[in-house]
Amino acid sequence: MSKLKETVLNPIFKGNPITVLILGICSSLAVTVELKGACVMALSVTIVTAVSSLICSIIRKTIPNRVRIIVQLVVVALMVILVDQVLKAFAFAVSKQLSVYIGLIITNCIVMGRIEAFALGNKPIPSFLDGLANGLGYGLILIIVAFFRELLGSGTLFGIPVLSAIGYTNNGLMILPPMALILLGCVVWVQRSIDKTLQEK
Amino acid sequence: MDLLSLFVKSIFVDNMIFAYFLGMCSYLAVSKNVKTANGLGIAVIFVLLITLPLNYLLNEYVLKPGALSWLGPKFAEVDLSFLSFILFIAVIAAIVQVVEMIVEKFLPSLYSSLGIFLPLIAVNCAILGGALFMQQRDFANVGESAVYALGSGIGWYLAIVALAAIREKLSYSNVPAGLKGTGITFITVGLMGIGFMAFMGITI
Repeated sequence: MSKLKETVLNPIFKGNPITVLILGICSSLAVTVELKGACVMALSVTIVTAVSSLICSIIRKTIPNRVRIIVQLVVVALMVILVDQVLKAFAFAVSKQLSVYIGLIITNCIVMGRIEAFALGNKPIPSFLDGLANGLGYGLILIIVAFFRELLGSGTLFGIPVLSAIGYTNNGLMILPPMALILLGCVVWVQRSIDKTLQEK
Repeated sequence: MDLLSLFVKSIFVDNMIFAYFLGMCSYLAVSKNVKTANGLGIAVIFVLLITLPLNYLLNEYVLKPGALSWLGPKFAEVDLSFLSFILFIAVIAAIVQVVEMIVEKFLPSLYSSLGIFLPLIAVNCAILGGALFMQQRDFANVGESAVYALGSGIGWYLAIVALAAIREKLSYSNVPAGLKGTGITFITVGLMGIGFMAFMGITI
């Protein structure tokens, strides 16, 4: 049981896919301008990672080693198509705002990385939890970055005026792409100051 | 759209890294020194240039709503665009495999310098991202998509070589302990992105 707990808790702080393993940054930062987009993206990635880990883990004994990358890509692409179609049907505005980044979940290294490193060698249930936890760890960072970008950049949270209501002048730089990277750098800095074992030599 | 302006725009203004964060994982992982960064950058240009026009043709004649009308009037209504993710990634994975074999057979020196990077490119977001942007922007012909591929590939190449050069110098500087490695790299890329913003609004 403690091993399962470890599987779930590790990716959220100590083995966070974004800040520690540096995976899946590609399709994530562009969606952090607003909290809403970040939440939808976090949810989509969590679902895709968890379910495709589960599927790959169930069929892991039947996949020939040589073509496993293609098989994994097909499973992941299938999940992403499902998520994309659901978003288009029920949340069209958000789906338009996220544009190509939903499709890019396919090549998100977290999904492939977890399947390759965990799901192919473990039973379905732990693989599912591992995928779920990695998705959540990813979402956590996304939401932290989006929180600051939306709050300081547009003065709102989920579109509700917070800082702008008390006469704050919006910092236009915050909504531009480079600030996402600088904020992420600061998140890494804070995390590594809290946990010194993560610091690089 | 004018081809030259599309080319310049895709290198500087719509830079894959600084404007869209595409291909970030390998960008950060492989930018420790200029030589390997150079190899990966060239491989990305190469693969983009081959897969993007191919995916363009696929989109134009198979996937777009009404694209199958060349099969006969019965097919004019067919819309396969929901299949685009899976077909694009299949084309990319297959082409990367074929390119790898061809390069290994005919250009062994290039193959040994690209090494592990060629197969890794199949899961580089810049390649799939290029295909998806191509689909979204609705280019007029194959030429435009090829120019776009070349431009964004070169933009990616410039970005990775520049970052690698900075990181080589950075290893001699005194960085706060918590920022070492990953943290300072993110901030460097952010500052480079601000630099690239100077190109915004350029029209030719």
